[in-house]
Amino acid sequence: MDLNYSTEELAFRDDVRSWLRGNLPADLKQKVESYQELSKEDLLGWHRILAKKGWVAPDWPVEWGGTGWSVTERYIFEEECGYAATPSLVAFGLRMCAPVLLRFGTEAQKKRFLPRIYNGEDFWCQGYSEPGSGSDLASLKTKAVRQGDHYVVTGQKIWTTLAHHADWIFCLVRTDPTQAKRQDGISFLLIDMKTPGITVRPIILMDGGHETNEVFFDDVKVPAENLVHEEGRGWTVAKYLLGYERMGTGRIGASKRELARLKELAAHHTKNGHPLIEDARFRDRLTRVEVELMALEITNLRFLDQMRRSGKPPGADVSMLKIKGTEIQQAITELMMQAAGPLAQAYRPVDAMDFDHFTARLAPRYCNMRKATIYAGSNEIQRNIIAKATLGL
Amino acid sequence: MNFELSDEQQLLGDSLRKYLANDYSFDARAKIVASPTGWSEKVWASFAEMGLLGLPFAEEHGGFGGTAVDVMLVMEALGESLVVEPYLANVGIAGRLVDRAGSDAQQKQILPALVQGQKRLALAHTEAAARYELRHVGARARRAGDGWVLEGEKRAVLQAGAAETLIVSARTSGSDTDPSGISLFLVDRVARGVTVKEYRTIDELRAADVWLSDVAVGRDALLGGEGQALPVIEEIADYATALLCAEAVGAIRYANDTTLEYLKTRRQFGVPIGSFQALQHRMVEMVISYEQARSMACLACVKADTAGPAERQRVISAAKIKVADACRHVSQEAVQMHGGMGMTDELKVSHTFRRLTMIGQTFGDAEHHLERFAACEAAGG
Repeated sequence: MDLNYSTEELAFRDDVRSWLRGNLPADLKQKVESYQELSKEDLLGWHRILAKKGWVAPDWPVEWGGTGWSVTERYIFEEECGYAATPSLVAFGLRMCAPVLLRFGTEAQKKRFLPRIYNGEDFWCQGYSEPGSGSDLASLKTKAVRQGDHYVVTGQKIWTTLAHHADWIFCLVRTDPTQAKRQDGISFLLIDMKTPGITVRPIILMDGGHETNEVFFDDVKVPAENLVHEEGRGWTVAKYLLGYERMGTGRIGASKRELARLKELAAHHTKNGHPLIEDARFRDRLTRVEVELMALEITNLRFLDQMRRSGKPPGADVSMLKIKGTEIQQAITELMMQAAGPLAQAYRPVDAMDFDHFTARLAPRYCNMRKATIYAGSNEIQRNIIAKATLGL
Repeated sequence: MNFELSDEQQLLGDSLRKYLANDYSFDARAKIVASPTGWSEKVWASFAEMGLLGLPFAEEHGGFGGTAVDVMLVMEALGESLVVEPYLANVGIAGRLVDRAGSDAQQKQILPALVQGQKRLALAHTEAAARYELRHVGARARRAGDGWVLEGEKRAVLQAGAAETLIVSARTSGSDTDPSGISLFLVDRVARGVTVKEYRTIDELRAADVWLSDVAVGRDALLGGEGQALPVIEEIADYATALLCAEAVGAIRYANDTTLEYLKTRRQFGVPIGSFQALQHRMVEMVISYEQARSMACLACVKADTAGPAERQRVISAAKIKVADACRHVSQEAVQMHGGMGMTDELKVSHTFRRLTMIGQTFGDAEHHLERFAACEAAGG
């Protein structure tokens, strides 16, 4: 057992760090650090910088553009990006659609979509949740009826993150409503967002931001060649994807950066004439979050090590990383707001006028991050998964 | 970076677990606990035979030169079986002190005998007013002729009854809380002026209060430099804390396994109680506590004998905070989910509860380590 990085790993980390220092545009870094909304151009801009460097899809097979890095190197890269405050890469294409195509797609589908995902030419979103199907995803109703060489899709998706930017959506649809086991009637379809009959309507969240949408499908014609895997096997695809989705939700590097910022904040704000960080009540809460984060980092590395040695894809244990990672992210936003105290009140930064915009974003950030324990399978669903798959309850 | 155990480590862990499964059942343990001394010489001899007692000590003393990570594997197994023999007190604390602070002559005299299972020691350091503050020593040692005379009271001395020799901390200079001026002395447990009052602890180990009244010791009783003992005491406390974290991991694993088993077999309302989501989610939280505690125990043991004092203290305090929280969380939930049965002396889970409760506060509770962590942060940043 050796928890220190090897000389080679340290050299790799230094390479990544210095490259990020030289190539992450200052305005993007500043936006990420101060929790500003990122435009489509911001997101794609960073995607393309990484694509040009060859680092946009480290976990893909090398022949499709992967870097061939070890599990540890990939982790180091992730952490350095989070710590450097790069925009998060939008996962829907790179980390969700792509692994699905690589595992279940035809050669034609791979050739058609993977290079465009890699280069940031297609912006993807994910059509899973429906108004009546949240945690109970398998109850979804959006139907796809086969007519000749295409499917006709009718229904509604909700909470579709960044659908307003998207060129494509991958959807779970019901192709056979007669199956006794409802999971068996579900298929996985790729749909061009420009197809007639698709309407995107924004959902404004409580922080005033627009991230997520409703997507309506009204007799949308989808070529049958856009079916992934077999008809009726979409649930298998969805389950495969879930492990990948949760893998990226720990966000340890970013939490480390935010924790460092929180400490600065707590050193700057005063209580009874002393830095807030010297206040035992505040400090102990802060320390417990820091300790959880230290532990999560090791837990994450242990799970990666198990994956590496067993050669198996992420299992139900990954749900733990999602639960802990998101709890920590939320705790940090809460402590940041607490540190700023009465100054953390503004709704929209634009309301803040002359005082500093970072502080003005803390309350909306706190509100926004309540989403973390709800999305990608609520933390209660993650506990169900662990209870069933790991504990056999 | 890798978490792989070497073949030797794997083998050691496996053979110890096999031994404990055969020879240290819960019933066998109960007999040992009820015996007059509260520990088993036979078990101790087996530990010596398996090489456990010499694990971290140098080969010249009959040891294997093992790291804290090697000892971690032993501690996990001991924790799972709630072993009451004075392993930590000797291998993790007193023996380690001799190893780190003792003269060549002292090491030669003590360590080979300890490694062979023929000699046991105990550290008498804690005092009533000190709480967890290691620098707080009120006992005094004054020079007398060629040696010293010791005077003072030590409390809750772990496993003193099993020891032939006590390592006593006493001031050779300074006031009660000065960082300098603390010295260590080797004192025969039955020396004139030494009174040892032994008692059973709630987790079925033995501890003792020790009174020192005009105890005369020779020049060669001084262990380490005069007045210089605090750094080595701090180092050993951290080392032992890391090992204690590993012991907790083993005990938590047992608590989780047995609770999960109970959830699957105990039926109420016609179904296993583990089919209730309220209990499932709480069980999952216990598993997460275990994984997080295990991560911190690994980190603590890796750093215990490789890091400098500043990093070591920060990491080990962090580990103890997490492990103490996990001890409390898991032990309380394990008893609660066992219902009335969890309250009984009959089930091992209540004994695990007691051990985890004591581990939580040994060498500093979470609050103590929250303070120390903050002090490390303030000093470092």
